[in-house]
Amino acid sequence: MDNVNNDFESKRIVFVTVGTTSFDSLVKTVDSDQVKEALLEKGYTHLVIQMGRGSYIPKKSSGGEDGSLVVDYFTFSSSIADYLRSASLVISHAGSGSIFETLRLAKPLIVVVNEDLMDNHQSELAEELAERKHLFCGRPQTLCEVIKSSLNVDIIVPYEPGDANPVAKLINKHLGFPAD
Amino acid sequence: MAVFVSVFLVITTTLLVARIVYVISQSSKPNRNTSQKHLSTLVVLGSGGHTAEMINLLSVMQKDWYAPRYYIAAATDNMSLQKARVFEDILDDKGADGTQFMQIYRSREVGQSYITSVGTTLLALGHALWLMVKIRPHVILCNGPGTCIPICAIAFIFKCMETSGFGDQMVIYILCGEYCKSQKTIIEWLASLQTTHG
Repeated sequence: MDNVNNDFESKRIVFVTVGTTSFDSLVKTVDSDQVKEALLEKGYTHLVIQMGRGSYIPKKSSGGEDGSLVVDYFTFSSSIADYLRSASLVISHAGSGSIFETLRLAKPLIVVVNEDLMDNHQSELAEELAERKHLFCGRPQTLCEVIKSSLNVDIIVPYEPGDANPVAKLINKHLGFPAD
Repeated sequence: MAVFVSVFLVITTTLLVARIVYVISQSSKPNRNTSQKHLSTLVVLGSGGHTAEMINLLSVMQKDWYAPRYYIAAATDNMSLQKARVFEDILDDKGADGTQFMQIYRSREVGQSYITSVGTTLLALGHALWLMVKIRPHVILCNGPGTCIPICAIAFIFKCMETSGFGDQMVIYILCGEYCKSQKTIIEWLASLQTTHG
């Protein structure tokens, strides 16, 4: 399908984010030919990488006639909300901020756990949410596999953000403030 | 002489244990807040999701009741205080007087060796002590980032000591948020002492 009438509609962007961390193994994996192939096969057209403090620099590409993925990258942004909004798929490090920001926007999400981190409460969170079918979970080595065989957005259960009102009421009551 | 010392130690330890047990047992009882219109509140912020969730909670709480507000984040955390400032800027001016933003030394960085962590943890505890004496909050809100451990430890000690003006009225809320399951054991222990679940 070349030569699109509506450029915006045919764009399917994959947004990769590592937050404020350095996660070279994820960026390297995403920049690999296998993963880019796998994304192309799934119908994605653009790859945008937020690489954070990492030292591995991905290769930019303007796509072109051979139909390869358009690749771009940047280090940081004060807010990735716009990138998340325009994405059809998000691949993120396991930081809870990135995860919940993506889930609140109801975007399909693959969380990749960084095994170099010493304490991995992050992986517990990702696995818990994956069990509840809110997202897909993997490691840099398994990312390609996850994209190829497990990525089925129909099984995703939408995430309902917790309501803070009951908590606030409980605290108020406990402290002796008038019940609302 | 040895007998005297041992008896002294036994009595002191027993009193201390009894005091701790008492503080814990009283923890879930509601406070009678008839006199105060507002309570000074310390909000502990942690990286990313912790801060987002705390701001989410604060946005539905009565700002004039929980004032003045003191926000604390780790020294190496550049985003959390920024998010708190943005949040406070959006609020009306009522209760904004006296809002303060502070940083505390981190007990341990990700990847830091455990040996050097002992020194940095002691530093963090000392800093927490200093901040707590300065602020003496009535309410402490935290949802489990590592930043809150020295603060809650000091706060708990204050409560046990109950020196007048030093923590006898203090209430600590350790909130189990959306990712409570992944908190470390010590937090879970602290949380079981004084927790309000949503």
